[in-house]
Amino acid sequence: MAGNNTSVKNKSRWAAGITPYAEMGYYNPDYEPKDTDILCAFRLVPQEGVDPIEASAAVAGESSTATWTVVWTDRLTPYENYQAKCYRVDPVPGSDQHIAYIAYDLDLFEEGSIANLTSSIIGNVFGFKALRSLRLEDMRIPPHYVKTFQGPPHGIVMEREYLNKFGRPLLGATVKPKLGLSARNYGRVVYEALRGGLDFTKDDENINSQPFMRWRDRYLFCMEAVNRAIAASGEIKGHYLNVTAGTMEDMYERADFAKELGSIIVMIDLTVGYTAIQSMSKWARKNGVILHLHRAGHGTYTRQKTHGVNFRVISKWMRLAGVDHIHAGTVVGKLEGDPNAIRGYYNTLRANKLEADPSQGLYFEQDWASLPATMPVASGGIHAGQMHQLLHYLGEDVVLQFGGGTIGHPDGIAQGATANRVAVEAMIQARSEGRDFLSEGPEILDKAARWSPELRKALDVWKDVTFDFESTDVPDAVPTLTV
Amino acid sequence: MRITQGTFSYLPDFTEEQIKLQMRYCLDNGWPISIEHTDDPHPRNSYWEMWGLPMFEAHDLDIPYQELNECRRAFPDHYIKLNGYDRTKGKQTTMLSFIVHRPKEEPGFTLDRTEGEDRRIQYTIRSKPR
Repeated sequence: MAGNNTSVKNKSRWAAGITPYAEMGYYNPDYEPKDTDILCAFRLVPQEGVDPIEASAAVAGESSTATWTVVWTDRLTPYENYQAKCYRVDPVPGSDQHIAYIAYDLDLFEEGSIANLTSSIIGNVFGFKALRSLRLEDMRIPPHYVKTFQGPPHGIVMEREYLNKFGRPLLGATVKPKLGLSARNYGRVVYEALRGGLDFTKDDENINSQPFMRWRDRYLFCMEAVNRAIAASGEIKGHYLNVTAGTMEDMYERADFAKELGSIIVMIDLTVGYTAIQSMSKWARKNGVILHLHRAGHGTYTRQKTHGVNFRVISKWMRLAGVDHIHAGTVVGKLEGDPNAIRGYYNTLRANKLEADPSQGLYFEQDWASLPATMPVASGGIHAGQMHQLLHYLGEDVVLQFGGGTIGHPDGIAQGATANRVAVEAMIQARSEGRDFLSEGPEILDKAARWSPELRKALDVWKDVTFDFESTDVPDAVPTLTV
Repeated sequence: MRITQGTFSYLPDFTEEQIKLQMRYCLDNGWPISIEHTDDPHPRNSYWEMWGLPMFEAHDLDIPYQELNECRRAFPDHYIKLNGYDRTKGKQTTMLSFIVHRPKEEPGFTLDRTEGEDRRIQYTIRSKPR
């Protein structure tokens, strides 16, 4: 980006030195995106004195073919094809922000590689000096590119048919305390939670293989617990065994062992990296094991409104990369999440086709071309007393994870699990019976608590617990393009 | 023991009225109802016996409810479940599935363990004979 545009005025496009990005073809308001283009919406704040259009063109340039100076070797290529084109820049009312829409030709990207896609689109531009901040808000990924990815190893439908669980949210719990339990004590929590009525229990993101509990010991005790609970209930249940490790070889070793023990599900953390996620996705498809992803670390780059990558984009990448579960927010729990933004994430993960919808922060339409859906997971500070809100905001195809809300029950872990299961079933029953379950929720739960002492206790203990803080990231409903 | 498969196993057994309300919900969504029964509710028994075909043509309660009663009369000692099915693209699966009838005695399951090398255990779940 030229610091001073006057010095380059009237310069030929190809003369050595610096030509503004916008003049090199990276800005083209007449460009009509092709059906096969990958489209991006960036929120950018230029440095003072930098023209927003030139800043947007610079983002297009630096995320595709450009470098800081003119290079004659461009002329050896059909560069018009490979240049990304910024085709629209909208100011965000009442702010110094702009939304830049950029189109990328399909040929810029390797088939089936999130690493390649992201190295292009977020590879260099976020450190650009001429921008004060930059955020990738959304992407339109055309079916032509979607179809080069495997996608979720199983998807929501296959998972439900395998588990034989239909018509209600699935229930889970993360074992707590997250660090410090011995393998034998850890398995106790798993057994109690599952026999009490949960479908899943879960390792936490940072439970890998520490001195107080090595992975192999944990897997053995957990599988004893899972199988005991299956025999006690007649239901298929699972524990997400976290196979996250320092190398791919270690992850494969752990995943293979989990499979040999009969575990139906394993988990990985987002911190393992996009390529490792895609490798584990292939492994999971091949071995018939459900793949759970914990989004560890995402808050470092998804939370701030003006810089980073919006979680809806991470959701799209992870559905392509291929995970069966992903943590995607709770609305009512302890972690960041505006209801409309979260609806956008959930729709992105579950729907087959979406229209642009500014109220949900969806800048583009998205056609998933029958790629299986990823099950969103709601986890963090939720409890049975919120069941009506959870069902209202998150719907049925979701895993509700009550960690503290199961293990913290005053009468015991199994009782905590039962309280959650009674609450969800009572709410689904009321929903089908045509009740307005959102407004009548507390009454519905109270009625079920008359015959369920487990639910009564849970409601009494947590009745006043809410996490009512303002979200840092809400959609601003800028008029969006419909292509 | 009480087998807890199905959408509503943690609630008290439904009254006839409550069963009808769930059937009504399926029909209102355009989901054909089907009835299945078994004497082997093993967690991995995917194929309970079909009580006739899914009732694609039944748009009100009369026929499905009558079929349910006939199934209960014919198999009072079996588990019986009702399913609602959605054929729409992207779903093409069961949307609601709940047990409406259970045998008086539910024998449950045993867990067999076969010990292998390195502390590995192979688990086998078996339905207890009745």
